Amino acid sequence: MPETITLSVDGRSVTVPEGSVVSTAVFLSGAVAFRLSVTGQRRGPLCGMGICFECRVTINGQQHARSCQILCRDSMDVRTDE
Amino acid sequence: MNSPRHNYDVLVIGGGPAGLAAAVCARQSNMGGARVVIVDDNPGLGGQIWRGEQRNPQAKTATPEAAEWFKRAQESQVEFISGARVYDQPEKGLVLAETFDGAIELRYQKLILATGARELFLPFPGWTLPNVMGAGGLQALVKSGLPIEGKKVVVAGTGPLLLAVAAYLRKRGADVALIAEQAPLKSLLSFGLGLWRSPGKIIQAIKLKRELAGVPHLSGCWPVAANGDEQLRSVRLRRGRKTWDVQCDYLACGFHLTPNVELAVFFGCEAPDGVVLVDEVQQTTVPGVYCAGESTGIGGLELSLVEGRIAGLAATGQLEKARELFAERRKLQQFADLLNRTFALREELKRLPQPDTIVCRCEDVSFARLEKQTAWRAAKLHTRCGMGPCQGRICGAAIEFLFGWRPESVRPPVFPVKVGSLIQDATLIAGREQ
Repeated sequence: MPETITLSVDGRSVTVPEGSVVSTAVFLSGAVAFRLSVTGQRRGPLCGMGICFECRVTINGQQHARSCQILCRDSMDVRTDE
Repeated sequence: MNSPRHNYDVLVIGGGPAGLAAAVCARQSNMGGARVVIVDDNPGLGGQIWRGEQRNPQAKTATPEAAEWFKRAQESQVEFISGARVYDQPEKGLVLAETFDGAIELRYQKLILATGARELFLPFPGWTLPNVMGAGGLQALVKSGLPIEGKKVVVAGTGPLLLAVAAYLRKRGADVALIAEQAPLKSLLSFGLGLWRSPGKIIQAIKLKRELAGVPHLSGCWPVAANGDEQLRSVRLRRGRKTWDVQCDYLACGFHLTPNVELAVFFGCEAPDGVVLVDEVQQTTVPGVYCAGESTGIGGLELSLVEGRIAGLAATGQLEKARELFAERRKLQQFADLLNRTFALREELKRLPQPDTIVCRCEDVSFARLEKQTAWRAAKLHTRCGMGPCQGRICGAAIEFLFGWRPESVRPPVFPVKVGSLIQDATLIAGREQ
Protein backbone atom coordinates (compact mmCIF):
# COMPACT_ATOMS: atom_id res chain seq x y z
CA MET A 1 0.00 0.00 0.00
CA PRO A 2 1.33 3.44 -0.83
CA GLU A 3 1.66 5.91 2.00
CA THR A 4 -1.05 8.55 2.23
CA ILE A 5 -1.08 12.19 3.20
CA THR A 6 -3.93 14.05 4.86
CA LEU A 7 -4.35 17.76 4.34
CA SER A 8 -7.09 20.36 4.46
CA VAL A 9 -8.73 22.06 1.45
CA ASP A 10 -11.09 24.92 2.35
CA GLY A 11 -11.43 23.33 5.78
CA ARG A 12 -12.33 19.89 4.40
CA SER A 13 -10.03 17.00 5.21
CA VAL A 14 -8.66 15.23 2.11
CA THR A 15 -6.47 12.13 1.94
CA VAL A 16 -4.26 11.54 -1.11
CA PRO A 17 -1.53 9.05 -2.04
CA GLU A 18 1.99 10.29 -1.29
CA GLY A 19 3.46 11.99 -4.34
CA SER A 20 0.20 13.68 -5.33
CA VAL A 21 0.32 17.35 -6.18
CA VAL A 22 -1.91 19.87 -4.42
CA SER A 23 -4.23 20.12 -7.49
CA THR A 24 -5.22 16.49 -6.91
CA ALA A 25 -6.30 17.30 -3.37
CA VAL A 26 -8.31 20.29 -4.56
CA PHE A 27 -10.13 18.17 -7.17
CA LEU A 28 -10.82 15.46 -4.57
CA SER A 29 -12.18 18.04 -2.13
CA GLY A 30 -15.05 18.64 -4.54
CA ALA A 31 -14.14 22.28 -5.20
CA VAL A 32 -15.42 23.44 -8.60
CA ALA A 33 -12.95 26.26 -9.10
CA PHE A 34 -9.42 26.83 -7.89
CA ARG A 35 -9.47 30.59 -8.23
CA LEU A 36 -11.58 33.50 -9.41
CA SER A 37 -10.26 35.51 -12.34
CA VAL A 38 -9.83 39.29 -12.26
CA THR A 39 -13.44 39.66 -13.40
CA GLY A 40 -14.73 36.96 -11.06
CA GLN A 41 -14.93 33.99 -13.43
CA ARG A 42 -14.36 30.52 -11.99
CA ARG A 43 -11.13 28.92 -13.15
CA GLY A 44 -9.30 25.64 -12.80
CA PRO A 45 -6.04 24.13 -14.09
CA LEU A 46 -5.29 24.38 -17.80
CA CYS A 47 -1.67 23.42 -18.52
CA GLY A 48 -0.91 21.07 -15.64
CA MET A 49 2.76 22.03 -15.77
CA GLY A 50 3.20 25.30 -13.93
CA ILE A 51 2.93 27.72 -16.82
CA CYS A 52 -0.64 29.04 -16.97
CA PHE A 53 -1.10 30.02 -13.29
CA GLU A 54 -4.80 29.06 -13.45
CA CYS A 55 -4.39 26.51 -10.64
CA ARG A 56 -3.25 29.11 -8.10
CA VAL A 57 -4.33 28.55 -4.51
CA THR A 58 -3.20 29.69 -1.06
CA ILE A 59 -1.04 27.13 0.75
CA ASN A 60 -0.28 27.65 4.45
CA GLY A 61 -1.06 31.33 4.00
CA GLN A 62 1.25 31.69 1.00
CA GLN A 63 -0.81 33.12 -1.86
CA HIS A 64 -0.51 32.36 -5.57
CA ALA A 65 1.03 28.92 -5.11
CA ARG A 66 0.80 26.78 -8.25
CA SER A 67 -1.03 23.72 -7.02
CA CYS A 68 -0.04 21.59 -10.01
CA GLN A 69 3.65 21.66 -9.12
CA ILE A 70 3.68 21.48 -5.36
CA LEU A 71 3.57 18.10 -3.65
CA CYS A 72 1.07 17.56 -0.84
CA ARG A 73 2.58 17.55 2.61
CA ASP A 74 0.90 16.38 5.81
CA SER A 75 -1.50 18.87 7.42
CA MET A 76 -1.07 21.48 4.67
CA ASP A 77 -3.78 24.14 4.74
CA VAL A 78 -4.99 24.79 1.19
CA ARG A 79 -7.49 27.52 0.30
CA THR A 80 -9.18 28.12 -3.03
CA ASP A 81 -10.71 31.51 -3.89
CA GLU A 82 -14.23 30.27 -3.11
CA MET B 1 19.64 37.52 3.37
CA ASN B 2 21.72 34.41 2.73
CA SER B 3 20.59 31.57 0.54
CA PRO B 4 22.17 28.16 0.00
CA ARG B 5 24.95 28.45 -2.60
CA HIS B 6 26.10 25.69 -4.93
CA ASN B 7 28.91 25.43 -7.52
CA TYR B 8 28.73 23.27 -10.63
CA ASP B 9 30.73 22.62 -13.76
CA VAL B 10 27.58 21.99 -15.78
CA LEU B 11 24.15 23.33 -14.89
CA VAL B 12 21.28 21.75 -16.80
CA ILE B 13 17.95 23.55 -16.62
CA GLY B 14 15.13 21.10 -17.27
CA GLY B 15 14.99 17.41 -16.30
CA GLY B 16 13.04 16.02 -19.24
CA PRO B 17 14.59 13.64 -21.78
CA ALA B 18 16.94 16.24 -23.31
CA GLY B 19 18.17 17.46 -19.91
CA LEU B 20 18.62 13.95 -18.56
CA ALA B 21 20.58 12.83 -21.63
CA ALA B 22 22.71 15.98 -21.49
CA ALA B 23 23.52 15.54 -17.81
CA VAL B 24 24.38 11.85 -18.13
CA CYS B 25 26.68 12.49 -21.11
CA ALA B 26 28.33 15.43 -19.36
CA ARG B 27 29.15 13.15 -16.43
CA GLN B 28 30.81 10.66 -18.79
CA SER B 29 33.54 13.13 -19.68
CA ASN B 30 37.13 11.83 -19.47
CA MET B 31 38.02 14.75 -17.25
CA GLY B 32 36.04 12.87 -14.62
CA GLY B 33 34.40 14.39 -11.63
CA ALA B 34 32.64 17.21 -13.45
CA ARG B 35 29.90 18.32 -11.08
CA VAL B 36 26.67 18.16 -13.02
CA VAL B 37 23.28 19.22 -11.72
CA ILE B 38 19.78 19.29 -13.17
CA VAL B 39 17.40 21.93 -11.83
CA ASP B 40 13.74 21.51 -12.62
CA ASP B 41 10.57 23.21 -11.40
CA ASN B 42 8.66 19.92 -11.29
CA PRO B 43 8.67 17.60 -8.29
CA GLY B 44 10.51 14.83 -10.17
CA LEU B 45 12.74 14.10 -13.17
CA GLY B 46 11.32 13.13 -16.55
CA GLY B 47 9.74 16.34 -17.81
CA GLN B 48 6.17 16.11 -19.01
CA ILE B 49 6.52 12.98 -21.09
CA TRP B 50 7.92 10.87 -18.24
CA ARG B 51 6.19 12.77 -15.47
CA GLY B 52 5.67 10.81 -12.27
CA GLU B 53 7.59 7.78 -13.56
CA GLN B 54 10.62 8.37 -11.36
CA ARG B 55 8.45 8.00 -8.28
CA ASN B 56 6.27 5.28 -9.67
CA PRO B 57 8.34 3.03 -11.96
CA GLN B 58 6.00 0.08 -11.43
CA ALA B 59 2.92 1.85 -12.85
CA LYS B 60 1.38 0.09 -15.85
CA THR B 61 1.82 3.26 -17.88
CA ALA B 62 5.57 3.54 -17.08
CA THR B 63 8.05 3.24 -19.95
CA PRO B 64 11.26 1.17 -19.77
CA GLU B 65 13.16 3.92 -21.60
CA ALA B 66 12.42 6.41 -18.83
CA ALA B 67 13.51 3.93 -16.17
CA GLU B 68 16.75 3.37 -18.09
CA TRP B 69 17.57 7.09 -18.17
CA PHE B 70 16.69 7.59 -14.50
CA LYS B 71 19.03 4.69 -13.69
CA ARG B 72 21.83 6.16 -15.82
CA ALA B 73 21.42 9.54 -14.13
CA GLN B 74 21.59 7.95 -10.71
CA GLU B 75 24.54 5.69 -11.54
CA SER B 76 26.54 8.52 -13.04
CA GLN B 77 25.81 10.61 -9.93
CA VAL B 78 24.03 13.47 -11.62
CA GLU B 79 22.71 15.77 -8.89
CA PHE B 80 19.08 16.88 -9.01
CA ILE B 81 17.34 19.86 -7.49
CA SER B 82 13.58 19.58 -7.90
CA GLY B 83 10.83 22.12 -7.38
CA ALA B 84 13.24 24.93 -8.26
CA ARG B 85 12.45 27.51 -10.89
CA VAL B 86 15.22 29.66 -12.34
CA TYR B 87 14.10 33.29 -12.42
CA ASP B 88 17.19 35.46 -12.78
CA GLN B 89 20.87 35.65 -13.68
CA PRO B 90 22.30 38.60 -11.69
CA GLU B 91 25.75 37.98 -13.23
CA LYS B 92 27.28 35.61 -15.76
CA GLY B 93 27.76 32.17 -14.26
CA LEU B 94 25.24 32.66 -11.46
CA VAL B 95 21.52 32.01 -11.51
CA LEU B 96 18.86 32.27 -8.87
CA ALA B 97 16.13 29.70 -8.47
CA GLU B 98 13.05 29.84 -6.33
CA THR B 99 11.85 26.84 -4.35
CA PHE B 100 8.81 26.42 -2.10
CA ASP B 101 11.13 27.02 0.85
CA GLY B 102 13.07 30.02 -0.52
CA ALA B 103 15.65 31.09 -3.10
CA ILE B 104 18.89 29.27 -3.94
CA GLU B 105 22.01 30.39 -5.83
CA LEU B 106 23.62 28.20 -8.47
CA ARG B 107 27.05 28.91 -9.97
CA TYR B 108 28.08 27.24 -13.20
CA GLN B 109 30.80 27.03 -15.86
CA LYS B 110 28.64 25.66 -18.68
CA LEU B 111 24.89 25.95 -19.02
CA ILE B 112 22.59 23.57 -20.88
CA LEU B 113 19.02 24.72 -21.42
CA ALA B 114 16.48 21.94 -21.86
CA THR B 115 13.32 23.84 -21.08
CA GLY B 116 11.08 21.83 -23.38
CA ALA B 117 7.79 22.99 -24.79
CA ARG B 118 4.30 23.82 -23.66
CA GLU B 119 1.00 23.15 -25.31
CA LEU B 120 -0.41 25.67 -27.71
CA PHE B 121 -3.90 26.72 -26.67
CA LEU B 122 -6.37 28.46 -28.93
CA PRO B 123 -9.29 30.42 -27.50
CA PHE B 124 -12.85 29.37 -28.30
CA PRO B 125 -16.10 30.13 -26.45
CA GLY B 126 -16.08 28.36 -23.07
CA TRP B 127 -12.39 27.39 -23.07
CA THR B 128 -11.96 29.10 -19.70
CA LEU B 129 -14.50 26.84 -17.95
CA PRO B 130 -13.11 24.62 -15.19
CA ASN B 131 -12.37 21.10 -16.53
CA VAL B 132 -11.44 22.35 -19.99
CA MET B 133 -7.72 21.60 -19.99
CA GLY B 134 -4.81 20.96 -22.24
CA ALA B 135 -4.45 17.44 -23.61
CA GLY B 136 -1.01 17.20 -22.06
CA GLY B 137 -2.41 19.25 -19.19
CA LEU B 138 -5.01 16.67 -18.22
CA GLN B 139 -2.47 13.90 -18.70
CA ALA B 140 0.00 15.71 -16.40
CA LEU B 141 -2.66 16.09 -13.71
CA VAL B 142 -3.64 12.43 -13.96
CA LYS B 143 0.04 11.47 -13.74
CA SER B 144 0.17 13.58 -10.57
CA GLY B 145 -2.72 11.78 -8.92
CA LEU B 146 -6.00 13.05 -10.41
CA PRO B 147 -8.42 10.07 -10.52
CA ILE B 148 -9.86 9.71 -14.03
CA GLU B 149 -11.52 6.29 -13.79
CA GLY B 150 -15.03 6.32 -15.24
CA LYS B 151 -14.81 9.96 -16.33
CA LYS B 152 -15.96 10.87 -19.81
CA VAL B 153 -13.27 12.73 -21.76
CA VAL B 154 -13.19 14.34 -25.20
CA VAL B 155 -9.66 14.72 -26.57
CA ALA B 156 -9.35 17.46 -29.18
CA GLY B 157 -6.96 19.77 -30.99
CA THR B 158 -4.04 18.59 -33.07
CA GLY B 159 -0.82 16.61 -33.04
CA PRO B 160 0.45 13.17 -32.15
CA LEU B 161 0.08 14.04 -28.47
CA LEU B 162 -3.69 13.62 -28.76
CA LEU B 163 -3.40 9.91 -29.47
CA ALA B 164 -0.80 9.38 -26.76
CA VAL B 165 -2.97 11.22 -24.23
CA ALA B 166 -6.14 9.37 -25.22
CA ALA B 167 -4.39 6.00 -24.93
CA TYR B 168 -2.93 6.96 -21.56
CA LEU B 169 -6.24 8.16 -20.15
CA ARG B 170 -8.00 5.05 -21.39
CA LYS B 171 -5.39 2.85 -19.72
CA ARG B 172 -6.13 4.71 -16.50
CA GLY B 173 -9.82 3.90 -16.82
CA ALA B 174 -11.22 7.00 -18.54
CA ASP B 175 -14.08 6.72 -21.01
CA VAL B 176 -12.62 8.48 -24.06
CA ALA B 177 -15.70 9.55 -26.00
CA LEU B 178 -13.97 10.96 -29.05
CA ILE B 179 -10.66 12.14 -30.48
CA ALA B 180 -11.08 15.23 -32.68
CA GLU B 181 -8.03 16.04 -34.84
CA GLN B 182 -8.19 19.31 -36.77
CA ALA B 183 -5.72 18.22 -39.45
CA PRO B 184 -7.39 17.00 -42.64
CA LEU B 185 -7.32 13.30 -43.49
CA LYS B 186 -5.13 14.08 -46.52
CA SER B 187 -2.31 15.39 -44.28
CA LEU B 188 -2.62 12.47 -41.91
CA LEU B 189 -2.36 10.00 -44.76
CA SER B 190 0.76 11.60 -46.20
CA PHE B 191 2.16 11.68 -42.65
CA GLY B 192 1.58 7.93 -42.46
CA LEU B 193 3.34 7.45 -45.78
CA GLY B 194 6.21 9.64 -44.64
CA LEU B 195 6.81 7.30 -41.74
CA TRP B 196 8.46 4.69 -44.00
CA ARG B 197 11.82 6.13 -42.97
CA SER B 198 11.09 5.49 -39.31
CA PRO B 199 9.97 1.90 -38.69
CA GLY B 200 10.05 2.58 -34.94
CA LYS B 201 7.39 5.25 -35.33
CA ILE B 202 5.18 2.91 -37.36
CA ILE B 203 5.34 0.33 -34.59
CA GLN B 204 4.43 3.02 -32.04
CA ALA B 205 1.52 4.16 -34.19
CA ILE B 206 0.17 0.62 -34.59
CA LYS B 207 0.44 0.05 -30.84
CA LEU B 208 -1.45 3.29 -30.12
CA LYS B 209 -4.12 2.43 -32.65
CA ARG B 210 -4.64 -0.94 -30.96
CA GLU B 211 -4.86 0.67 -27.52
CA LEU B 212 -7.50 3.02 -28.87
CA ALA B 213 -9.63 0.37 -30.60
CA GLY B 214 -13.28 1.40 -30.46
CA VAL B 215 -12.63 5.09 -29.77
CA PRO B 216 -13.94 7.32 -32.60
CA HIS B 217 -11.06 9.28 -34.12
CA LEU B 218 -12.18 12.02 -36.47
CA SER B 219 -9.88 14.04 -38.72
CA GLY B 220 -10.86 17.50 -39.92
CA CYS B 221 -12.83 17.94 -36.68
CA TRP B 222 -12.38 20.54 -33.96
CA PRO B 223 -14.14 22.03 -30.92
CA VAL B 224 -16.09 25.26 -31.51
CA ALA B 225 -17.46 25.76 -27.99
CA ALA B 226 -17.37 24.33 -24.48
CA ASN B 227 -20.68 24.55 -22.65
CA GLY B 228 -21.60 24.61 -18.98
CA ASP B 229 -22.54 27.08 -16.25
CA GLU B 230 -20.00 26.66 -13.49
CA GLN B 231 -18.01 23.90 -15.10
CA LEU B 232 -17.86 21.96 -18.32
CA ARG B 233 -20.92 19.90 -19.31
CA SER B 234 -20.46 19.34 -23.03
CA VAL B 235 -18.38 20.29 -26.01
CA ARG B 236 -19.65 21.39 -29.40
CA LEU B 237 -17.68 19.93 -32.29
CA ARG B 238 -17.58 20.79 -35.97
CA ARG B 239 -16.68 18.63 -38.92
CA GLY B 240 -17.41 19.90 -42.39
CA ARG B 241 -20.89 21.42 -42.21
CA LYS B 242 -21.97 19.33 -39.26
CA THR B 243 -21.92 20.54 -35.63
CA TRP B 244 -23.00 18.48 -32.65
CA ASP B 245 -22.62 18.32 -28.86
CA VAL B 246 -20.88 15.63 -26.86
CA GLN B 247 -21.43 15.38 -23.09
CA CYS B 248 -18.21 15.06 -21.11
CA ASP B 249 -16.57 15.58 -17.71
CA TYR B 250 -13.30 16.82 -19.19
CA LEU B 251 -12.22 18.35 -22.48
CA ALA B 252 -8.52 17.71 -23.08
CA CYS B 253 -7.65 20.16 -25.81
CA GLY B 254 -4.27 21.24 -27.14
CA PHE B 255 -3.14 22.46 -30.55
CA HIS B 256 0.32 20.87 -30.70
CA LEU B 257 3.30 22.40 -28.92
CA THR B 258 5.23 25.62 -28.76
CA PRO B 259 8.87 25.81 -27.56
CA ASN B 260 9.72 27.34 -24.18
CA VAL B 261 12.28 29.91 -25.28
CA GLU B 262 11.79 32.60 -22.60
CA LEU B 263 14.68 31.54 -20.39
CA ALA B 264 17.04 31.22 -23.37
CA VAL B 265 16.04 34.65 -24.64
CA PHE B 266 16.56 36.01 -21.16
CA PHE B 267 20.11 34.58 -21.14
CA GLY B 268 20.73 36.45 -24.41
CA CYS B 269 20.38 33.52 -26.81
CA GLU B 270 18.86 34.35 -30.18
CA ALA B 271 15.51 32.75 -30.99
CA PRO B 272 14.28 34.70 -34.02
CA ASP B 273 11.54 32.31 -35.14
CA GLY B 274 10.29 31.19 -31.77
CA VAL B 275 12.93 28.46 -31.53
CA VAL B 276 16.37 28.75 -29.92
CA LEU B 277 19.14 29.00 -32.54
CA VAL B 278 21.91 26.43 -32.08
CA ASP B 279 25.03 25.38 -34.01
CA GLU B 280 25.96 21.79 -34.87
CA VAL B 281 26.99 20.99 -31.28
CA GLN B 282 23.79 22.53 -29.84
CA GLN B 283 25.59 25.68 -28.69
CA THR B 284 23.43 28.81 -28.72
CA THR B 285 24.56 32.22 -29.91
CA VAL B 286 25.93 32.75 -26.38
CA PRO B 287 29.26 30.89 -25.95
CA GLY B 288 29.11 28.25 -23.21
CA VAL B 289 25.33 28.14 -23.26
CA TYR B 290 23.83 25.09 -24.98
CA CYS B 291 20.24 24.22 -25.77
CA ALA B 292 18.66 20.85 -26.54
CA GLY B 293 15.25 19.33 -27.02
CA GLU B 294 11.92 20.91 -27.86
CA SER B 295 13.10 24.47 -27.15
CA THR B 296 15.20 24.25 -30.34
CA GLY B 297 12.11 23.19 -32.33
CA ILE B 298 9.37 20.63 -31.77
CA GLY B 299 10.73 17.23 -32.74
CA GLY B 300 9.65 14.62 -30.21
CA LEU B 301 11.30 12.34 -27.70
CA GLU B 302 14.02 10.68 -29.78
CA LEU B 303 15.28 13.95 -31.23
CA SER B 304 15.32 15.50 -27.74
CA LEU B 305 17.42 12.63 -26.43
CA VAL B 306 19.99 12.81 -29.20
CA GLU B 307 20.22 16.61 -28.99
CA GLY B 308 20.65 16.32 -25.23
CA ARG B 309 23.46 13.81 -25.65
CA ILE B 310 25.24 16.05 -28.15
CA ALA B 311 24.89 19.09 -25.87
CA GLY B 312 26.17 17.19 -22.82
CA LEU B 313 29.16 15.81 -24.72
CA ALA B 314 30.02 19.12 -26.40
CA ALA B 315 29.73 21.12 -23.18
CA THR B 316 32.38 18.86 -21.62
CA GLY B 317 34.75 18.85 -24.58
CA GLN B 318 33.85 15.39 -25.96
CA LEU B 319 33.47 16.63 -29.51
CA GLU B 320 34.42 13.39 -31.26
CA LYS B 321 31.66 11.51 -29.51
CA ALA B 322 29.23 14.34 -30.20
CA ARG B 323 29.96 14.15 -33.94
CA GLU B 324 29.11 10.47 -34.03
CA LEU B 325 25.51 11.44 -33.27
CA PHE B 326 25.03 13.98 -36.05
CA ALA B 327 23.66 11.49 -38.61
CA GLU B 328 21.06 10.20 -36.17
CA ARG B 329 19.99 13.73 -35.35
CA ARG B 330 19.65 14.64 -39.03
CA LYS B 331 17.34 11.69 -39.64
CA LEU B 332 15.15 12.56 -36.67
CA GLN B 333 14.95 16.18 -37.81
CA GLN B 334 13.38 15.03 -41.05
CA PHE B 335 10.66 13.37 -39.02
CA ALA B 336 10.20 16.58 -37.03
CA ASP B 337 9.72 18.57 -40.24
CA LEU B 338 7.10 16.11 -41.43
CA LEU B 339 5.35 16.33 -38.06
CA ASN B 340 5.15 20.11 -38.12
CA ARG B 341 3.84 20.16 -41.71
CA THR B 342 1.17 17.59 -40.97
CA PHE B 343 -0.26 19.31 -37.94
CA ALA B 344 -0.18 22.88 -39.24
CA LEU B 345 -3.17 24.83 -37.91
CA ARG B 346 -6.06 25.42 -40.32
CA GLU B 347 -7.32 28.95 -41.03
CA GLU B 348 -10.82 28.20 -39.71
CA LEU B 349 -9.39 28.07 -36.19
CA LYS B 350 -8.72 31.81 -36.39
CA ARG B 351 -12.46 32.34 -36.45
CA LEU B 352 -13.19 30.35 -33.29
CA PRO B 353 -13.14 33.25 -30.79
CA GLN B 354 -16.32 35.33 -30.51
CA PRO B 355 -16.12 39.03 -29.49
CA ASP B 356 -16.59 38.19 -25.79
CA THR B 357 -14.26 35.17 -25.78
CA ILE B 358 -11.41 35.68 -23.30
CA VAL B 359 -8.01 35.46 -24.99
CA CYS B 360 -5.70 36.53 -22.13
CA ARG B 361 -6.87 34.47 -19.15
CA CYS B 362 -4.70 36.26 -16.59
CA GLU B 363 -6.18 39.70 -17.28
CA ASP B 364 -9.49 38.57 -18.82
CA VAL B 365 -8.92 40.42 -22.09
CA SER B 366 -11.55 39.64 -24.71
CA PHE B 367 -11.07 39.03 -28.42
CA ALA B 368 -13.06 42.20 -29.22
CA ARG B 369 -10.63 44.36 -27.24
CA LEU B 370 -7.61 42.82 -28.92
CA GLU B 371 -9.05 43.16 -32.41
CA LYS B 372 -8.82 46.94 -32.05
CA GLN B 373 -5.05 46.78 -31.47
CA THR B 374 -2.31 46.81 -34.06
CA ALA B 375 0.65 45.14 -32.35
CA TRP B 376 1.66 43.19 -29.25
CA ARG B 377 3.06 46.26 -27.53
CA ALA B 378 -0.05 48.33 -28.14
CA ALA B 379 -2.19 45.45 -26.94
CA LYS B 380 -0.17 45.25 -23.72
CA LEU B 381 -0.37 48.97 -23.07
CA HIS B 382 -4.07 49.30 -23.81
CA THR B 383 -5.50 46.04 -22.53
CA ARG B 384 -2.89 44.55 -20.13
CA CYS B 385 -2.92 41.52 -22.38
CA GLY B 386 0.04 39.25 -21.55
CA MET B 387 0.89 41.23 -18.42
CA GLY B 388 -0.54 38.83 -15.86
CA PRO B 389 1.34 36.11 -14.00
CA CYS B 390 1.86 33.82 -17.00
CA GLN B 391 3.48 36.77 -18.80
CA GLY B 392 1.93 35.91 -22.13
CA ARG B 393 3.05 32.28 -22.13
CA ILE B 394 -0.49 31.07 -22.76
CA CYS B 395 -2.02 33.88 -24.85
CA GLY B 396 1.23 34.76 -26.68
CA ALA B 397 1.23 31.81 -29.06
CA ALA B 398 -2.54 32.15 -29.63
CA ILE B 399 -2.17 35.84 -30.41
CA GLU B 400 0.66 35.13 -32.81
CA PHE B 401 -1.61 32.69 -34.64
CA LEU B 402 -4.69 34.95 -34.52
CA PHE B 403 -3.10 38.34 -35.20
CA GLY B 404 0.50 37.66 -36.23
CA TRP B 405 2.02 39.66 -33.34
CA ARG B 406 5.06 38.34 -31.49
CA PRO B 407 6.17 39.33 -27.96
CA GLU B 408 9.36 41.39 -27.80
CA SER B 409 11.62 40.85 -24.82
CA VAL B 410 11.97 38.87 -21.62
CA ARG B 411 12.93 40.68 -18.43
CA PRO B 412 13.74 39.48 -14.92
CA PRO B 413 12.17 37.93 -13.00
CA VAL B 414 11.55 35.44 -15.80
CA PHE B 415 8.67 34.11 -13.71
CA PRO B 416 6.66 35.92 -11.02
CA VAL B 417 8.40 35.26 -7.71
CA LYS B 418 7.85 35.92 -4.04
CA VAL B 419 9.00 39.28 -2.68
CA GLY B 420 11.67 37.47 -0.62
CA SER B 421 13.24 36.18 -3.82
CA LEU B 422 13.36 39.69 -5.27
CA ILE B 423 15.08 40.94 -2.13
CA GLN B 424 17.58 38.11 -2.64
CA ASP B 425 18.17 39.43 -6.14
CA ALA B 426 18.53 43.04 -4.96
CA THR B 427 20.97 42.02 -2.21
CA LEU B 428 23.19 40.23 -4.71
CA ILE B 429 23.16 43.13 -7.14
CA ALA B 430 23.90 45.62 -4.34
CA GLY B 431 26.75 43.39 -3.11
CA ARG B 432 28.26 43.35 -6.59
CA GLU B 433 28.07 47.10 -7.01
CA GLN B 434 29.81 47.85 -3.72
